Amino acid sequence: MLAREEASGPAWLSVEGLASHYGRIQALRDVALTIAKGEIVSLVGANGAGKTTLLRTISGVQPASAGRIVFEGEDITTLAATARVSRGIAQVPEGRQIFGPLSVADNLRMGAYLRKDGEIAVDMDRIYALFPILAGFRARPGGSLSGGQQQMLALGRALMSRPRLLLLDEPSMGLAPVIVDQIFAAIVRLKSEGMTIFLVEQNAFAALSIADRGYALETGSVILSGNARDLLADEKVKEAYLGI
Amino acid sequence: MSQFLQFLFSGLTEGAVYAMVALGFTIIYNASDVVNFAQGEFVMLGGMVTFFANAAGIPLPLAALIAILVAVVAGLALNRFAIEPARGASVVNLIIITIGASIFIKGLAQLVFDKRFHRFPAFSGDDPIRVLDATILPQSLWVLFGACAIFSGLWLFFARTLVGKAITAVAANRLAAELVGISAKRMMALSFALSAAIGAIAGILITPISPTSVEVGTLLALKGFAGAMLGGMGNPLGAVAGGLIVGIVEKMSAGYVSTNYKDAVAFIIIILTLLVLPTGLFGKARVDRV
Repeated sequence: MLAREEASGPAWLSVEGLASHYGRIQALRDVALTIAKGEIVSLVGANGAGKTTLLRTISGVQPASAGRIVFEGEDITTLAATARVSRGIAQVPEGRQIFGPLSVADNLRMGAYLRKDGEIAVDMDRIYALFPILAGFRARPGGSLSGGQQQMLALGRALMSRPRLLLLDEPSMGLAPVIVDQIFAAIVRLKSEGMTIFLVEQNAFAALSIADRGYALETGSVILSGNARDLLADEKVKEAYLGI
Repeated sequence: MSQFLQFLFSGLTEGAVYAMVALGFTIIYNASDVVNFAQGEFVMLGGMVTFFANAAGIPLPLAALIAILVAVVAGLALNRFAIEPARGASVVNLIIITIGASIFIKGLAQLVFDKRFHRFPAFSGDDPIRVLDATILPQSLWVLFGACAIFSGLWLFFARTLVGKAITAVAANRLAAELVGISAKRMMALSFALSAAIGAIAGILITPISPTSVEVGTLLALKGFAGAMLGGMGNPLGAVAGGLIVGIVEKMSAGYVSTNYKDAVAFIIIILTLLVLPTGLFGKARVDRV
């Protein structure tokens, strides 16, 4: 519904040999991964493994110090963040990062900042249909919502750009289990409508359960990859990320 | 009574200028957390450039427009060459940078212009208008209406337009703004341009009443800052109210106490605000939940 329909070939993202640094500290080293159109790919890993850095580098708010990011055949490694949004990459950042003083409706409108088409209001209604609780809070400042509502708003805001690739950073962080279920149900629904999703989660079991494929990141490097089902059954994964 | 009214009118006029300076502080502060002490130089540029362009034979309205453009270019340059390269610097460092920029602009203006006081004719003549027991200059009405127009225009801009909301979005959360495709750099530049234009307009409106020179910017910046602090830093309505109060208190103290202490009023207000009401009259605790 909110995914942009494109007939032309599979939309895909490939990351090759990616490195990124904060000052002299290397946060990512030689990261390689691919995402095919319509997939949910989950990235699991402990705190500080570099998951957020990877998403930020894909979105262009953190510079890559080596390697390439190719989206739909185009090398976007050095593109500005703004240009990547207009190419169809949207991110729901860690910790939600709502525009506190702006109303719920304006937060959603900001998600469509680069759009020039006439269907912004239509899409906004779709977000309210996806998360009915937000519809009652249209005029409220985003900062006054509860954590779960803010997560829904952050997801809605990202969808307002009509992304083809949705990057989700820890959407379950700090939320009550019942809210987490709602968020994950929305993610599954988006996939069923054709959205491509890259999901970063510490909650490895939940993330791999809804994913097609998965990667595990440790101290900035990919250490495991494969089908989500295989990863869920993998002894190493069980031990390191599932706490079994 | 008539004396009180007279002081009130001149206080409101002076205060409207401080309010415009305070609004300039507010816009830049909200967009970038920078307290821009070069704000007064935009006011100075507004008056001085208009005078010299007008003296060179350019009609007053066009001269005023040129002055606004010069101030906007100065604002953009200040952002691009002094603020942007210092991104991530501490608030104190940024303040020192803006003070340095203010001294630089003043020095440059001294080279280009001169050190004398200048004024140009009032827009609608100098015949005072009788209001109750007192009189008010037509130019004072220009200043007051100008300040009202700027305030309402700004309110509409920030509350109703996409770009205005985008500036608020950058101020609230720079990372999230970048992630939805808003260029934080561009919004910063825009807020400096906007503040500079407002400062210049204030300078143009007040110069027929109180003559300008390259030196006027420093005190105006401090008084506008006092207004912004009193109103609550970052609050546009507070900036206007604070600016007007500083202007009125200043004129009252000059009229009833002594003109010697006129310029001390702003400083006393800053000190009292910090001691008694650090968040200002309209400052409020943030309501964000995390």
